Amino acid sequence: MTAALSADRLEVVFDRFRALKGVSLEVQSGESFGLVGESGSGKSTLLRAIAGLAPAASGSITVNGKKLGKRRDKAFYREVQMVFQDPYGSLHPRQTVDRLLQEPLAIHGFADGEKRIQRALDEVGLGTGFRFRYSHQLSGGQRQRVAIARALILEPAILLLDEPTSALDASVQAEVLNLLEDIRRRRKLTFLMVSHDLAIITHMCERLMVMQNGEAVEHLTADDLVERRVSKDYTRNLLRASDGFVRA
Amino acid sequence: MTASHAGPLSRRDWLLSERPASRMQARLGRAYVAWRRFSANRLAFLGLLIIIALLVVAAFANVLAPYSPTFGDLKGSRLLAPSAAHWFGTDDLGRDILSRVIFGSRWTLYVVILVAVIAAPIGLLVGTVAGYAGGWIDAILMRITDIFLAFPKLILALAFVAALGPGIENAVLAIAVTSWPPYARIARAETLTVRNSDYIKAVQLMGASPFRIVLRHIMPLCISSLIVRVTLDMAGIILTAAGLGFLGLGAQPPLPEWGAMIASGRRFVLDQWWVAGAPGFAILFVSLGFNLLGDGLRDALDPRSGDQ
Amino acid sequence: MSTLLEVDDLRVTFPTRTGRIEAVRGVSFSLGRERLGIVGESGSGKSQTGRAIMGLTPPQAEVTASKLAFDGTDLLAASPRDRRAMRGKRIAMILQDPKYSLDPVMSIGRQIVETLRTHEKVGKAEARDRALAMLEAVQIREPARVFDLHPHEVSGGMGQRAMIAMMLIAGPEMMIADEPTSALDVTVQLDVLGILDRLVSERGMGLIFISHDLRLVSSFCDRVIVMYAGKVVEQLKASELGRAQHPYTRGLLNCMPKIGADRHPLPVLDRKPEWAA
Repeated sequence: MTAALSADRLEVVFDRFRALKGVSLEVQSGESFGLVGESGSGKSTLLRAIAGLAPAASGSITVNGKKLGKRRDKAFYREVQMVFQDPYGSLHPRQTVDRLLQEPLAIHGFADGEKRIQRALDEVGLGTGFRFRYSHQLSGGQRQRVAIARALILEPAILLLDEPTSALDASVQAEVLNLLEDIRRRRKLTFLMVSHDLAIITHMCERLMVMQNGEAVEHLTADDLVERRVSKDYTRNLLRASDGFVRA
Repeated sequence: MTASHAGPLSRRDWLLSERPASRMQARLGRAYVAWRRFSANRLAFLGLLIIIALLVVAAFANVLAPYSPTFGDLKGSRLLAPSAAHWFGTDDLGRDILSRVIFGSRWTLYVVILVAVIAAPIGLLVGTVAGYAGGWIDAILMRITDIFLAFPKLILALAFVAALGPGIENAVLAIAVTSWPPYARIARAETLTVRNSDYIKAVQLMGASPFRIVLRHIMPLCISSLIVRVTLDMAGIILTAAGLGFLGLGAQPPLPEWGAMIASGRRFVLDQWWVAGAPGFAILFVSLGFNLLGDGLRDALDPRSGDQ
Repeated sequence: MSTLLEVDDLRVTFPTRTGRIEAVRGVSFSLGRERLGIVGESGSGKSQTGRAIMGLTPPQAEVTASKLAFDGTDLLAASPRDRRAMRGKRIAMILQDPKYSLDPVMSIGRQIVETLRTHEKVGKAEARDRALAMLEAVQIREPARVFDLHPHEVSGGMGQRAMIAMMLIAGPEMMIADEPTSALDVTVQLDVLGILDRLVSERGMGLIFISHDLRLVSSFCDRVIVMYAGKVVEQLKASELGRAQHPYTRGLLNCMPKIGADRHPLPVLDRKPEWAA
């Protein structure tokens, strides 16, 4: 088995603030890997650094055995795509769904755009009735489906998911999580998923990394979490907190 | 409900459909919503009517004007008060002022449109590029903008006209050159608020070039606030053009330009008020029209005022 | 148990260009000195219910009720002045994000002191002492230092604690907390809830806790009201949530992923039109 995605001692610095302090990870091809932590833990920064949205100060990122440079080339974007946290902010307010989906195809010069758009919309369960709507005519869950369709339309092998359901209602969250699982199974995708919610990560991922203050706290499997085989207090606290409020 | 009602009703439903079936329908629906919001505002509608009237008058000046704007009856009709024969009276060269005001609308439109066509795109381009690129490109572009902004607009226009020579074309050029910096500022401010948004990041992740992002994703967002600002500035542009005309640096006689007309009527303003008064009121009405229109457009196009 | 708040057939209607939208459609409940949770998804009308009780409904909206009484006072008949006096002094509200509800240009301590002095006649020195004591009560370790900080200089959890301190300084009898911990990290969330819990039980306040998180609410509150499309679909004791009758409540409980429950795919909510009827 080969690593689809790996980061080696990755460091990200924003104005002298070290958001990521030398984090390494390896995600196998076809695997779903989770990043868990609280705000400021660096989990989203790690995802953005891989996507090329946050500048890496040092360390390296490798995708399918190819080391990435400072600039991502077009081939990279056909391999790796991302779904953002806030479905209200990740869709252009003046573009229809159709236009949103056409853009990546136009950039990469696909000829069979019509067919791909139809297929992508069907795949995320939206159908053609949604094709010419503006994002303000969609609910949160529908917007996130459009964002997923946009990420899938270039047929990437790796999907980066930045808290894809934290802005959604619980019932809609279940639908979107099911959709993501379904797509992963069908397309044999590799997921790297960020969440603050341990339950979502254990539901979606096989392995995970717990992060705090820009550092990796520990690597676990989903089963470790279920059976509470954790070695660090920080993880234990997170686990306890996810059980809900306990009166002292 | 009778059958005759079904037609317009269903067209309205078609436009407001939540499930447009084609690109065209989506676009028209959006325009219709903006139009409804705009036309609900009575004053804005009045502004639009004034501007349409200006366009009609300018287009049919030949037909509408009762006399020639440039040739007057020096012998028998100098400085006549408004009457049935000369509604706005005549000037010191015996020319009919109504005809001159009517023909003057052409020059006003000429100035306004040329300035908008030159200044707005320059401002938009400079602002969005500076805002999106950041770093030294931003610094250089914005310092240039600052230099232009540091001078009072009229003084700078005067300097340009003085260098280029008087005439209406040079006046237009001077006004255009001095009026793009505020547009650049607006476009840059708007660009800065959207450049870090997730939807721009998403397009970057598609592999789009910076050029494409600015042109196709950022500029469309800046255009509506720019249109509003340009419309509101129209009044100022007319006044600057009139000011240049008044100072003798804009339109040259015998062109019936409103500012120049006021300037020549200045000498008789106490005894023959209509000579300066008529073009003055024309400027007032058109400026008012543009201002009302701009206010209405702001309400109708502002994305922040909700999309419904 | 004495009744603090009585709500009967509360309705909140917003006029829009396309017609009237009923955000709250006939909500009835009563609150004693207890913790009452109101749960629902976005658009269920839970926040508008809280705002209507507080008198913070936008002016264009219409609020009606056959009864909306706080401690015997009819809130809808009260003058705006009386309601303002009641807000803060007797009824307090905490909102989701402290960043937006604290004044950014005033130090935290001064905001607490000002709140206290608008509702009570106290000297400056005494007000300061009480504000410091209140900051200590919400478990802020160095109250004297935090007193002089501005809202942007503190973390989200600290800001929310300061907000609670500000809201509790005048000793209200009832508090409405609208998603008070949703913007916070899970561990901080529990700290803040712990503080809220202790203060509520020590002071005998009535608390209305509005949240989208059914599991959190049921672990924190005594009673839970579940709202859907502007209506109350179910009212039950938090401890009996497992025996919820309404399919919406059950669906909401079921659709969340749980650690250790291996359910693929997750059960989804099958919304029935009759729930909203």
